[in-house]
Amino acid sequence: MADADETSKQAERNTNVGDGIAVKKQDIARAKNEGKELTKDEKQRLRKEKKQQKKNKKDDKGESEHENVPLPPSQAVVQCQSQKVCTSEKPAKSKAEQRAERRARQEADRAAKGKKGESAQQPPSGKSKAPPNELQPVVKRLPEHVQVDDPAAVRKLAKKLERQQIPVRSEYGYKVSLFSHLHQYSRKAPLTQQISIPSTVIHPYIVRLGLQYSQGIVAGSNARSIALLHAFQKVIQDYKTPPNEELSRDLVNKLKPYISYLNQCRPLSASMGNAIKYVKKEISNIPCLCKEEEAKKQLLSCIDNYIKEKITLAATTISAYAIEKISNGDVILVYGCSSLVNHILCDAFDKKRKFSVIVVDSRPRLEGREALRRLVKKGICCTYVLISAVSYILPEVSKVFLGAHALLANGYVMSRVGTSQIALVAKAYNVPVLVCCETYKFCERVQTDSFVSNELDDPDDLMVTRKGKIHLENWQDIRQLGLLNLVYDVTPPDFVDLVITDLGMIPCTSVPVVLRVKNVDQ
Amino acid sequence: MELQAVLMAAGGGSRMMELTYNTHKPLLPVGNKPLIWYPLNLLERVGFEEVIIITTKDVQKMLTPDRLKLDGKMKLDVVCIQLEGEMGTADALRHVQQKIKTDVLVLSCDLITDVALHEVVDLFRAHNASMAMLMSKLHEFTETVPGQKGKKKAGEQRDFVGVDATGQRLLFMANEADLEDGLTIRKSIMCKHPSMRIRTGLLDAHLYCLKRCVVDFLVENKNISSIRGELIPYLVRKQFSKSVNLPNNKDEVEMSQKMEGQTNLEILGSCKDEELLRLTQERSCWNDHHGDMSEAYHGGKVRCYVHIMEDGVCYRVNTLAAYIEANRMVSAPKLIEDPPIHPSAVISECTQVGADSIIGASCQISDKTSIKRSTVGASSTVREKVKITNSILMNGVTVEEGCNIQGSVICSNAVIGRNADIKYCLVGSSQRIEPDGEQRVLEYYHGSSQGKICHLEPMTV
Repeated sequence: MADADETSKQAERNTNVGDGIAVKKQDIARAKNEGKELTKDEKQRLRKEKKQQKKNKKDDKGESEHENVPLPPSQAVVQCQSQKVCTSEKPAKSKAEQRAERRARQEADRAAKGKKGESAQQPPSGKSKAPPNELQPVVKRLPEHVQVDDPAAVRKLAKKLERQQIPVRSEYGYKVSLFSHLHQYSRKAPLTQQISIPSTVIHPYIVRLGLQYSQGIVAGSNARSIALLHAFQKVIQDYKTPPNEELSRDLVNKLKPYISYLNQCRPLSASMGNAIKYVKKEISNIPCLCKEEEAKKQLLSCIDNYIKEKITLAATTISAYAIEKISNGDVILVYGCSSLVNHILCDAFDKKRKFSVIVVDSRPRLEGREALRRLVKKGICCTYVLISAVSYILPEVSKVFLGAHALLANGYVMSRVGTSQIALVAKAYNVPVLVCCETYKFCERVQTDSFVSNELDDPDDLMVTRKGKIHLENWQDIRQLGLLNLVYDVTPPDFVDLVITDLGMIPCTSVPVVLRVKNVDQ
Repeated sequence: MELQAVLMAAGGGSRMMELTYNTHKPLLPVGNKPLIWYPLNLLERVGFEEVIIITTKDVQKMLTPDRLKLDGKMKLDVVCIQLEGEMGTADALRHVQQKIKTDVLVLSCDLITDVALHEVVDLFRAHNASMAMLMSKLHEFTETVPGQKGKKKAGEQRDFVGVDATGQRLLFMANEADLEDGLTIRKSIMCKHPSMRIRTGLLDAHLYCLKRCVVDFLVENKNISSIRGELIPYLVRKQFSKSVNLPNNKDEVEMSQKMEGQTNLEILGSCKDEELLRLTQERSCWNDHHGDMSEAYHGGKVRCYVHIMEDGVCYRVNTLAAYIEANRMVSAPKLIEDPPIHPSAVISECTQVGADSIIGASCQISDKTSIKRSTVGASSTVREKVKITNSILMNGVTVEEGCNIQGSVICSNAVIGRNADIKYCLVGSSQRIEPDGEQRVLEYYHGSSQGKICHLEPMTV
């Protein structure tokens, strides 16, 4: 079917959105298989497009509509072309007759749709998840923390924080233009400057936690989640239900300002987000008739169980799986300080495997020193290099073990900046890359680049003292100079060979399956 | 509740008896406000809502809100102690132990500072420290101290303070008096912190954040009577002492306590240490030092931190020289928001009042007077042709015509006769200086009933 091939190629050329390519291919494939049924769908889609275009002309709204407008016309082109394919196969009619026929069918369908309502749309939308939804004006709200250059969003956030009585942390320094949509704070201006000293609005443990986050004393995805849950335990212990309120509703409202406060100190990680969701769910599931003491006890034990299951036992399971992949004589490369990878290596050493480790480190955090200390203390043979030497030592490496901050729904791995670099070079040298990640870090976000959503650390960390002199001391005075201190980056699934989770060893692309299974369980 | 403030105002001001024999130290006017106003203002500005003030009965009568000129709604909980025995600050803290339910911030009433208090408290919070304190660079007092003839007394013995490379962790603290044959630093400290900076030009501001378990420890150990003199050096030393092998169950703990006879600070503190905190530290990729094989904080449970103020105002008004310096400094706008010249003061037209002078309420300043770099207390009367420079006049002072007062301190209700020429003198309370006469330099005028100035045993405050 040469025409179908042509249309598919043209479809690829026409579409602007990268994600949509897979979906378009699905469309074309279905056009080949389903025939008549699809034309009804197409008509529905065409109708929706026209409605949307009318809306656009009426409202003259902002960007979100404009973004969607280029999308439908390209799809419209696809649809028209696939329709042309179908109609060209039928006996040729005159154009005017075809148009009249089409209009009549559309009117009939519209009338039919009015009676049936949404039910007709459900089965087709169930089958093909993407196509109908794409054409509906999808106004996805961007999270606030990636809209710092939009004054309206900033004002909204300021209002929300004011309502919750949380101070707003001020931005610091010149931001590189590509990342001007992210927050950048200075460690020397902590949020505690703006709150009263015996903090009354925010629980003291939360203030302490926020301070520890912003100063980097508690760093690392697992450590942050455990510290957060511990602080929540303290908050629950000290909580007293006000007279006319219910614990299940009021406690959640109490936690919201604390979460905003922690977010201001340091943006929440994906693991923390999942932990918060779990805690909120547990709180709202408390039955109304439950007494306060019992409810508190139950919540505390839930949190303990969560930590035990998702973090401690998961680590044991993952190291049991990972040991199968470590053989005697291996040279393992690790990057930075991942608590899980350190745990795996220490366990493997305890089980008498003979291997040596190369620790790769990068500035400005230099977390590899801590990993090096822990491994050497255990007795493992280690080598320490900086990331600039990675391509020199990779020929000697047999495996690469990486930790992850989060695993995104499209299979990308979000981890410390530099991880994707190592994965890339490892791929070039055909060295297997294994990512170790607990399932509670799986996140439903989709990201393909490190720009859209990231974290900017204090730019002053990049200043270094050599021979008593700090060359970058007055970097703020030089107008054209910007210091960028990124924290995370995303690694595409092509570079990752295996992900070791507590559910087993899965390929990177199975992450959405795991997410779906988790949602069904809950 | 996170922190409770305790203000120590029971000290006698033994190092400036000339001023304090009549007025109690917390009520000495500095910049026309009682001395105790400054730490209370600091606490109020930062957001404290309650303060526990430990003081004597006499002072308690005077501590009413309008006397103290406090604007805010801070609640003052005044506790009296008897001054018969030698009651040190630690004893005072033990006295109010019932009221203390959380970590405590101990202040001295003679502290005048504009420090950003969150710097000290943040160290206390972030590192879960047992103690955090404030120190400042020592300012040399260059002004001539009035009323003291002869050489200046030998400077007080220095404090040796050892901090680590970051300048925040307190490693060593000793007073020169205790170091008879030189400074010795234990090898264990050098092993853990090979780079240590020892500083001597520091003033201890007597502002301490103490953990609740330290207060409990004080209650158990009644032989510690002074916070600054005994408790703080003990805590600093305890950071590096070999940690006792912690018994696992509580019965063993009590047994070992009875055997030792002295409660171990670590056992008290670490029973509260939780499993999750340990797990967090284990999983966190942070360490406070690099280069050796130990974990964060070298595994120590007791940690002492210090915040050293490099610039800013920080005075402890416990000597006459400090008192005078403080009076000069408080005219700086940072500390007092009121206008330097009180609105109810009556100042006639031909007077010159310098911008750095403070005039109290209901004063009457007559013509042709010149007031420079001075403080004039409330309800004072200054007649014509008077020149006042670099001086401090307390409340209710009367200065007759033609006087020339330079570098002096005139206590409350004194009367300076006509045409008196006073230079670097200290005029006691309710004294009267005869009119005319030659220039009086470096004299101390006190009532005959007082007799000699007797120096009491200095309180270890």
